[in-house]
Amino acid sequence: MSKHTLSVLVENSPGVLARVSGLFSRRGYNIDSLAVGPTENPLISRMTIVINVEGHPLEQVIRQLDKLVNVIHIAEVIDSKSVQAELLMVKISATPKNRFDVEAVVETYEAKIVDEDATSITIEATGDTAKIADLLSALERFGIRELVQSGLIALERGSVTLSERTLSTSGIPIANGVQADYQN
Amino acid sequence: MSKAMNGATSLVKSLESAGVDVMFGIPGGAILPAYDPIFDSSIRHILVRHEQGAGHAATGYAQVTGRVGVCIATSGPGATNLVTPLADAAMDSVPMVAITGQVPSAAIGTDAFQEADIRGITMPFTKHNYLITNPDDIPRAIAEAFHIASSGRPGPVLVDIAKDALQKETTFEWPTSINLPGYHPQLTPDSGAIADAAALITQSSKPVFYVGGGVIKANANRELLQLAELLGAPVVTTLMARGAFPDSHTLHLGMPGMHGTVAAVTALQKADLLITLGARFDDRVTGKLSTFATNAKVIHADIDPAEIGKNRFADVPIVGDVKETISALIPALKKALEKNRPDLTSWLRQMYSLRSTYPLGYDTPADGSVSPQYVIERLGKIAGPDAIYVAGVGQHQMWASQFVSYEKPRTWLNSGGLGTMGYRSRLQLLIMNHLEWYASGRRSSMKVAIQIPILNQSAYQISQCLQKRWVVLV
Ligand SMILES: Cc1ncc(C[n+]2csc(CCOP(=O)(O)OP(=O)(O)O)c2C)c(N)n1
Repeated sequence: MSKHTLSVLVENSPGVLARVSGLFSRRGYNIDSLAVGPTENPLISRMTIVINVEGHPLEQVIRQLDKLVNVIHIAEVIDSKSVQAELLMVKISATPKNRFDVEAVVETYEAKIVDEDATSITIEATGDTAKIADLLSALERFGIRELVQSGLIALERGSVTLSERTLSTSGIPIANGVQADYQN
Repeated sequence: MSKAMNGATSLVKSLESAGVDVMFGIPGGAILPAYDPIFDSSIRHILVRHEQGAGHAATGYAQVTGRVGVCIATSGPGATNLVTPLADAAMDSVPMVAITGQVPSAAIGTDAFQEADIRGITMPFTKHNYLITNPDDIPRAIAEAFHIASSGRPGPVLVDIAKDALQKETTFEWPTSINLPGYHPQLTPDSGAIADAAALITQSSKPVFYVGGGVIKANANRELLQLAELLGAPVVTTLMARGAFPDSHTLHLGMPGMHGTVAAVTALQKADLLITLGARFDDRVTGKLSTFATNAKVIHADIDPAEIGKNRFADVPIVGDVKETISALIPALKKALEKNRPDLTSWLRQMYSLRSTYPLGYDTPADGSVSPQYVIERLGKIAGPDAIYVAGVGQHQMWASQFVSYEKPRTWLNSGGLGTMGYRSRLQLLIMNHLEWYASGRRSSMKVAIQIPILNQSAYQISQCLQKRWVVLV
């Protein structure tokens, strides 16, 4: 499998998303999904990037990414050692006849109906990539009219945190980033 | 107590604090506020005729002195004219800081007069860049820019400053420390890697030092000389490393690659070990990677971890400043050689025999005219090893790299990675206090104490030459 999930701590500064996405595009790396948002530290944002590294060794991708001055730390997220989720919103065609069936699917996947009217139902669901894919195929027969999906986000299991591993308690980041993780 | 002043004065004070003595540029609307304090400062501003010249002049200054070269331009077209020299400096790892004016912050994003998103444009080929809209950020940005440009693998940094940030009141305080949480170049090599490298070298019977521009940047030429003589292995120097090892030294086989000597190319191809120092396995050196030095193991020392394993697998990767790396390798190798010194006599004999059988040469025109190679060779002999040689891009660049004998680092300036015709813009010559020889195939109207050979060629030689080669290949 050439898919990898990277957790990337970046400085919360203007242009950082452009730097990261520009790097991926100019070096020909494929991004499957990218989710970015604030963290517990207002100076730092966290990106979760799912990449397809066919033809480019993961190590090279990480080293190029680490060269960006605003990138503080990169760690690969291992599926079995992490919790992962995507957010899905999907609008399906609904009739009084199939409403009951839709509700059954929604319940099975612990999804939620967040909006409905006479001809449509909007469903919201979270879960890992496989669960979201399964839900979508279960909903297909009702007719998917529109869907929107977030990138994957992930967090390591257990009490370890990436931020603590990277940043000193005073909040002044000191660790030397990816080298520590990837050279041993 | 810090005194109130405008952003422009803070900028100039910052540049002074960063040690800038000269900068190259052209004024214009958005950067104009900075020009008043420049004239009152200790910094010498050299007015050029095109911003590209300012950028290359800054590059040349940096390549000769080892200091950060500085150029300055206005917003929009002034800034976009710096794109080529910035890309050039990125390719050749030259420490450079470019200051550009930007339209006032309220106008950014409105397609205002002379607005160009120079930060966005230059992201791919600056080491880092800034857009400053708050005058209080100016000293920190300038301090960081000089730190980033000159440390680790050197490179260009651009600081774009909105006009109103130059005009507004601020206070100046030069930062005492730099806090870049994501920037920690590794200078000291791992001792385990040094030991592995020393061990691998003692097992090699056909080692070659493959020396790149990093050795010059790290001022590691003395250390290289020691290391090379300690092992007694042949040395090749790339286009960016000409002068890193004396051309007159017996162990030197010349330049490898597409325009290299037979001995240097063969040495790399036949080697069982490449001791790669500050070089990056560029395609002009390797040709097709799958057929490059197929029997060689690789020790790859570079300050940029991303270069290691990028084009060629490294059996022993060493991340660090190449001066520190070589300095650590010398005692480690000394010790290892005491136990086991490989016999390199037959390897050296082969290489020396290639060197004498296939020396660099050129045809003497039958009609009695003087060949351009001869002119360059003579210039090199007359001007000697202390002159600084500057080439443009093309055939004369290759001749100048081949037929001048370089003995010292920082005496050979050219555009290697980007191959920028116009690099040797006449403006660049202004930077030098030394006598220099200026080899170019183009006419020039310079009237300064500089020798400019004009090689009378009716065509772009390199294109002809490559076309010929192309015909032969097809
Ligand atoms: C900006 C730019 N445009 C085009 C080229 C392609 N190019 C490479 S060498 C060359 C000819 C150079 O001619 P000249 O400066 O006379 O040097 P010569 O090769 O004749 O010695 C050209 C057009 C380039 N390298 N850079």
